[in-house]
Amino acid sequence: MAQHLMLSLFLAPLAAGVLSLIVRRPRASEYLTVLAALIDLVASILLLHVALQRRLTFWHHYILLDNLGAWVILCVSIVYTLASIYAVGYMRLLHEDERLPLFYALFSGFAFTMLGACVMNNVGVFWIAIELTTLISTFLVGFEREAESTEAAWKYIVVVSAGISLALLGTVLFYWGGSYVLGPSYAMTWDALHGSASQVYPPLLTVSFLLVLVGYGTKAGLAPMHTWLPDAHSESPAPVSAMLSGALLNASMLGIARFLGVVNGTSVSRFAHSAVVGFGIFSFVLATLFIVRQTGIKRLMAYSSVEHIGVQALGLGFGGALGVAGALYHMLNHSLNKSLMFFGAGNAMRAYQTKEIPMIRNVLRVSPVTGTLWLLGAVGIAGAPPFALFLSEFTILRAGIAGRYRWAAIAFVIFLIVVFISFLSHFRNMYFVAGPETEIRRMPGVLWRAIPMWLAFLPLLVLGLWWPRGLWNAFMQIYAGLMGGTP
Amino acid sequence: MFLAHVSSLQASIFSLLAIFSLLLAFVMLGSHWLKNYVYAFAAESWLIAALSAAVAYFGGYTELYVIAILTAVFRGLVLPYLLMRIVQRLNVRREIHAVLQPSSSLVVGALLVMFAFVIANHMNFQTSTAGEVVILALTIMLSMKLLGFLMLAVRDEAVSQILGLLVLENGIFLGSQILVPGMPMLIEIVILFDLLIIVACFGMLIRYLLVHAGTTSSRQLNRLVG
Repeated sequence: MAQHLMLSLFLAPLAAGVLSLIVRRPRASEYLTVLAALIDLVASILLLHVALQRRLTFWHHYILLDNLGAWVILCVSIVYTLASIYAVGYMRLLHEDERLPLFYALFSGFAFTMLGACVMNNVGVFWIAIELTTLISTFLVGFEREAESTEAAWKYIVVVSAGISLALLGTVLFYWGGSYVLGPSYAMTWDALHGSASQVYPPLLTVSFLLVLVGYGTKAGLAPMHTWLPDAHSESPAPVSAMLSGALLNASMLGIARFLGVVNGTSVSRFAHSAVVGFGIFSFVLATLFIVRQTGIKRLMAYSSVEHIGVQALGLGFGGALGVAGALYHMLNHSLNKSLMFFGAGNAMRAYQTKEIPMIRNVLRVSPVTGTLWLLGAVGIAGAPPFALFLSEFTILRAGIAGRYRWAAIAFVIFLIVVFISFLSHFRNMYFVAGPETEIRRMPGVLWRAIPMWLAFLPLLVLGLWWPRGLWNAFMQIYAGLMGGTP
Repeated sequence: MFLAHVSSLQASIFSLLAIFSLLLAFVMLGSHWLKNYVYAFAAESWLIAALSAAVAYFGGYTELYVIAILTAVFRGLVLPYLLMRIVQRLNVRREIHAVLQPSSSLVVGALLVMFAFVIANHMNFQTSTAGEVVILALTIMLSMKLLGFLMLAVRDEAVSQILGLLVLENGIFLGSQILVPGMPMLIEIVILFDLLIIVACFGMLIRYLLVHAGTTSSRQLNRLVG
């Protein structure tokens, strides 16, 4: 059962990608991608259900299905589904039909590598999977072939490859430390590393953890290693931005979470948590400052991603049942909400033919329905109730107040208010400030672009009003598995 | 542990090879000419291949012979060949606008090596010959990492940035041969191929850059700020 689910999870995007390349028909590749994404969504929900019952390994322990991985798989599949539906409506507007099959092949390949990263049991292979996501997504970032997107793609690959090579160094050092306990040759699984970590010489463990944190932190967009993120997110086509922000960052956070689990219970555990909190709060503050004075609509969303990845890092760093549960809940909510935001931004960009916020005015008059959804999404992403991000941020805040990092929690609250004011003031300008009358083009394919926005919005509202009991129990299980604590 | 039984002769051979590859990183740092970067990189890869072979011979890790051959072929021949082709096609011979002059970057590089040594010294807990080799390996691993970052930071040409990235990975390669020769080989092979893909990517991106931005110097990449 679980084996078939895993197979379909990976075969669906792979088949969609390969078939898109073979068939070479733009319409066929669109529908194939949507179909594959839907299969993945169903499979990921069932897999989470399986993983919550027991932990499974396949193929000589190279593949691991645990509850944490299954949770990230679910987040990735949700964004893949939403983005592939949206892409049908959005990519047709670019009038590049002959390159669309290639786009969808890369798109599914990107999803495939991210899903792959979530189930890797070998730490080295996990690194390779993360590196592969970079290679594939570079071409998606540079897909529009403008000078700006080429620049963004170049920065993306150079900064991220350089950063991720630090993670490889950290991984090698982890292995070396473990080899004093487990012998010169052993299978480098997460469990093996965790088992040996407590006997490794502490300074070595500290350096290894920092290298890994900085390495995967680069990929996750933690400041000050975030420099590639605003460019890549703002210059890629909107569905790709949603995938980068909603899915890729989560897959990299998974690495950080797993390594926190590895050093948990050792003498450097406390330092590791402090380091994660430090990066988290720094990302949060820095992104806030950039949000205040932002003029590009997609760059605004990109800095908001840095901010929210900072919040997730804070949740993991604060630790405890509340912190971990908050961070995991935040992961799902951010995936949904940020997809909604990038979809709205993509609509606005295409309608007004600009990325500049001052040129976008009277959104509601132009698109009443999707415009309203976008505005509500903005309220949600700024952290206001009744949307889901409020609940998860509040939980993380509670974890911070209760724990040792009260100073970080206080800074978190202050800058949350700044984010709220500045983010919504950008939206006030776009919605309610009179601007020049511009001729707005009618665009085909409205339904394809509206459906994913509804699909993202409704769960956000529901999850904001009601935190399902089952989800909470799932988070407690993940917490127990990761940090070895009891809820 | 392999390093625990290392004799002083073996330690000297490893140290010599490692130190020479560090020197080659400095050769790259101290030159203007793109061609020299590529040659120095190729030579460095050959030294690392020799090191793998030496570890394989003395430590009895037969699979390291394969890695030595792969390193020599891919990193010592194929990658430099591809890079040379890119250099020739782009018709850029030398780095013109480097932020730091070669002489000053040599000084900064030397400081970085000292920093790496301090860190490495803290991370080691063994005494005797094994400890010395460990410190040396860690120092060179970390300092090649830092030198790679320095090259990325002060050089503008796309080719130099690729080489900077490759030096970053060479450092890891070198260190891991000495420290963890028993690390499962799967990873090392995949990384070799991974690098090949990277170079293919870069070749394509450079073409893009040339077509759209009209230059291969990243100095011109300044549209996206804030």
